[in-house]
Amino acid sequence: MSKEGVDAGRRRFLTLTTSAVGAVGAGVTAWPFLASLSPSEKAKALGAPVSVDIGQLEAGQMAIVPWRGRPVWIVRRTPEMLDTLGKVRSQLLDPDSRKPQQPDYIQGDARSIKPEILVMMGVCTHLGCSPKLRSDAGAEDLGGGAWLGGFFCPCHGSKFDLSGRVFAGVPAPLNIKVPPHRYETDTRIVIGEDPVETKGTA
Amino acid sequence: MAIVPNPHKTTGFLGWIDDRFPLTKLWKDHLTEYYAPKNFNFWYFFGSLALLVLVNQLLTGIWLAMHYKPDATQAFDSIEYIMRDVPWGDLLRYLHATGASAFFIVVYLHMYRGLLYGSHRKPRELVWILGVLIFLTLMAEAFCGYVLPWGQMSYWGAQVIISLFGTIPWVGPDLVTWIQGDFVPADATLNRMFALHVVALPLVLVGLVVAHLMALHEVGSNNPDGVEIKKHKDPKTGIPLDGVPFHPYYTVKDLVGVGGFLFIFAAIVFFAPDGGGYVLEKPNFMPADPMVTPELITPAWYFGAFYAMLRATPSLFGSALPGVVVMFAAVLILFFLPWLDRSPVKSIRYKGWVSRVALGVFSVSFLMLSYLGMQHPTALYTLLARIGTFVYFTYFFSLPFIARFEKTRPEPARVTE
Repeated sequence: MSKEGVDAGRRRFLTLTTSAVGAVGAGVTAWPFLASLSPSEKAKALGAPVSVDIGQLEAGQMAIVPWRGRPVWIVRRTPEMLDTLGKVRSQLLDPDSRKPQQPDYIQGDARSIKPEILVMMGVCTHLGCSPKLRSDAGAEDLGGGAWLGGFFCPCHGSKFDLSGRVFAGVPAPLNIKVPPHRYETDTRIVIGEDPVETKGTA
Repeated sequence: MAIVPNPHKTTGFLGWIDDRFPLTKLWKDHLTEYYAPKNFNFWYFFGSLALLVLVNQLLTGIWLAMHYKPDATQAFDSIEYIMRDVPWGDLLRYLHATGASAFFIVVYLHMYRGLLYGSHRKPRELVWILGVLIFLTLMAEAFCGYVLPWGQMSYWGAQVIISLFGTIPWVGPDLVTWIQGDFVPADATLNRMFALHVVALPLVLVGLVVAHLMALHEVGSNNPDGVEIKKHKDPKTGIPLDGVPFHPYYTVKDLVGVGGFLFIFAAIVFFAPDGGGYVLEKPNFMPADPMVTPELITPAWYFGAFYAMLRATPSLFGSALPGVVVMFAAVLILFFLPWLDRSPVKSIRYKGWVSRVALGVFSVSFLMLSYLGMQHPTALYTLLARIGTFVYFTYFFSLPFIARFEKTRPEPARVTE
């Protein structure tokens, strides 16, 4: 083929602009395919907040509520249980909950809005198993007298205190997650929503 | 160079076809006039066996898809339906599940053959790279298939493996949600795993296999001596003196391999279809339960080595990313093998004792890692897994240095018997 009379500059410009427009077109075409893999409206609806009444929950009891397909624990802790939280601090990896495993409004040893009510994901931070509540202080299989009660993961032996803070030297690297939640009334908790900051009369 | 139709000048009906489609040309180029070295040994069975297993997987897979329901509420029951109610359904499933394990056995042996005889060396770098791509696709295909029965191991396996992507800084958690199509492994996850397992990945796999064979036939097969048979051709015919036509010589030889393979394969399918818990794991006979985790989460045996490396790598700064990086690096390093191995000879037959010991230690550590990946990680096992991981990577990184000082024996000019 003869290249005579070809304006090379013009040809290069046309090749480049055509390629650029084509690349944009390919990107725009790819978008619906990639975006269609995100959670559907149905899945998002199932991820909606759940509302739980805890009026019936006795001291020391745990309720398990499914939220977004995962267990959420609600534990009404006894004063004795709350007492242990200060005693285990030296054995914990992150006693002050510095790692962002909880919303900003969850602070202190109790890691809760109301000290006695613990609301926490029932999911181990190691590989996602669901630990067990072991409030039996002094349990032989968990270290005898040193065990003041807490959560124990049967999968790989991770241990957490009664606020879900991880003990040092276990496979789990982080404290258990606290989901966003708020109190609608004194005994009704909404899991999946942050507290409303300004309420006018509050 | 223009394509000339019907270069072999066939006539009649075949000629009519050859004038329009390169049937005779393909047949001759890839079978009756593809000259393979005459000294292939036992290790050369596994390429054709991999092809056989691929056909088995495609065929049984299509039939299973006719009965299976990719729906989180029905998947588990549809598997039990296949096992109990579909005529010969249990056989179809056992063939498919045993085939998956067999696929990895023959592929691992096929790759090991490459390490032994330097089949990744120039000019076969692309044959090797396409092979590693096949291996990667196969891993993805196996993982997606593993999820489909939606049993306990399927569910929690998906949970753990997809969580690996969550360790990537910044985008990790959103990426996990995007991969799952939900906030947890759910119906959407199962449905897309099905689409990938039965449509997308098999297409890629078959395409890569064709490319792998095309690249191989372009450069010609390696052999246990690692010498190029194309260097010594019959001056009249241009045929390599040490080559024999693939068909009928190796098609017949491979049939013997097929016979031996099917003997073992059928024994497992008919007499131990769960493979002692390695082909079909016990926890997967329970339906998926997002609220209860099985006691021990193990990967399929063929991922054991890589899973052991994942677990053996300690977390850094509260992130499990280093383990994930190490695990993927263990596969990706295979891409660089053709350029890491710089020995003047290809085959282990002419390398020195350092290469032999290194390959031996590497093999033992890979087998050890595969075992450790399926066990509870005790302190001792974690230590062993760390040593194994170290050996695995050291093998690859030591290759250029071994090549520099090791005294090799001279390669023969022609292949030996």
